[in-house]
Amino acid sequence: MTRQFTDAAIAGIGHTEYSKASGRSELQLAAECAKAACDDAGISPHDIDGMITFTIDNSDEVMLARCLGVKDLAYTTRIPGGGAAAAATIYQAMAMVNAGLCKHVLIWRAMNERSQYRFGQNPNQQMMAFQSGNGTGSLLWCVPYGAMTPASWGALQAARYMHKYGVTNRDLGYVSVQQRAYAATNPDAWFFGKPITLEDHQNSKWIQEPWLRLLDCCQESDGGVAILVTSLDRARDMRQKPVKILGATQCIPYNTEVISNYYHDDLTEMPEAKGVAKRLWEMTGLGPQDMQAAMIYDAFTPHVLLQLEAFGFCKPGEGAGFVKSGGMALDGALPTNTNGGLSGEAYIHGMNSMIEGVRQLRGTSANQVTKRSVENVLVSSGMAGAVLGRA
Amino acid sequence: MTQTPDAPTPPPKPTRIAPIIQHDAKFFWDASDKEEFLGEKCGDCQQFRFPPRPMCPHCHSLKREEVKLSGYGTVHGWTIPRHPPPFGFKEAPIVIIVELQEGTRMVSNLVGVAYEDVKQDMEVEVFFEPTMGNHKVPVFRPRSKKA
Repeated sequence: MTRQFTDAAIAGIGHTEYSKASGRSELQLAAECAKAACDDAGISPHDIDGMITFTIDNSDEVMLARCLGVKDLAYTTRIPGGGAAAAATIYQAMAMVNAGLCKHVLIWRAMNERSQYRFGQNPNQQMMAFQSGNGTGSLLWCVPYGAMTPASWGALQAARYMHKYGVTNRDLGYVSVQQRAYAATNPDAWFFGKPITLEDHQNSKWIQEPWLRLLDCCQESDGGVAILVTSLDRARDMRQKPVKILGATQCIPYNTEVISNYYHDDLTEMPEAKGVAKRLWEMTGLGPQDMQAAMIYDAFTPHVLLQLEAFGFCKPGEGAGFVKSGGMALDGALPTNTNGGLSGEAYIHGMNSMIEGVRQLRGTSANQVTKRSVENVLVSSGMAGAVLGRA
Repeated sequence: MTQTPDAPTPPPKPTRIAPIIQHDAKFFWDASDKEEFLGEKCGDCQQFRFPPRPMCPHCHSLKREEVKLSGYGTVHGWTIPRHPPPFGFKEAPIVIIVELQEGTRMVSNLVGVAYEDVKQDMEVEVFFEPTMGNHKVPVFRPRSKKA
């Protein structure tokens, strides 16, 4: 294998159905979505030679490789930080292909996160125990105080931002309404055919008062998503129109951590996303004005606003106004989370939004951007991001 | 037969979850059990840090000083967890990020304040509440006027 710099591209995407009770093992979900991504690309799963997932994915590399019949696995790695890993998987796959170390890198994330365990509920003993590699070093400092769920940690993170800029919970509702409108016309979405109004949002129960209501929160879902990354040259000969990884990066600044992120200087901004943006724009020579769509990790609605600001789509404090004026809509400045996002489509730890970025570039989204030609799409999971482009 | 006098009513058992204690933070929780509020600073360059850790991120010294903190701070952020109701609380607690006078922040509770009276940046002072397993944790209440 040559060891010269090799451009990377996404050649295949795959997913299972998104549900609340898959009725099968997480390993089976992983195998099904991995096979679907290989079929989409037109390669045999036997030829996968790199595998990437999240540290907290419950399926074992060897077990999954045995399902797929992987002949010779050259590289495996896992990404810390819960959902922050989503775009970082693409970053690492790119790096492995760039370095000439792998030909066919499989990214997967599969979970029964509704039927088997629930991230949104109080933690069980196993989830409460400290696990290194999750990138969430100080969650233990929250638990005795009744901050036991991702929503509580996310609300504490958002409170100062919302206070400083006078962002109300009603303002957040515009994010939810737009994402559910996208989900309503996406047959893959759990909330297909079920749009909401701003009043529905305001009538949903408080999860974290006075910041987050039920309809500000991502779903809990069962399902699996996979991506097949290869060289741009190889991708050109495969089944689908290749999607080039123009740039990808990760940024964990000093004193930041995933979600219990209360220790850096200014809690009204997201320094990790600002760092990702800086590197991504430098790496690609592009800027926010060059993106025709974005898929932004939306565990909770305020974090969409914080990322829109961090990536420079609007100024600090202007995220709510950007969304309220239709900025995320198909005919807006930046069509965002066009699959319905993690609140509308499903919560497969961000990966289902990553593959929506690929669909927008292929021209196959259920909510395809048609008003302009889609050349570049940003995918972000806060601590990591990638710019995908037409090859 | 004489009537036995009623036994005094025991105080209600604490229902708050005890802290999960790791090696590098044991001094903090041990002190809390004795109602002492300690912080960690570098034994060489004297800078405070939180959460506790074995090495100074500034000068990389392994010398640690455990020092008594003022116990004063301000509410830097807050939330009221409504759903699911967190374990160990009869009524929804007020969870805060407190910014301590010494410059570090930590997560805690604001106690003795009506929900509608919580204010961003309000001044608070430390006291202690019991947990299950005979431990205590530092929590905060509005700062008394005399300061």
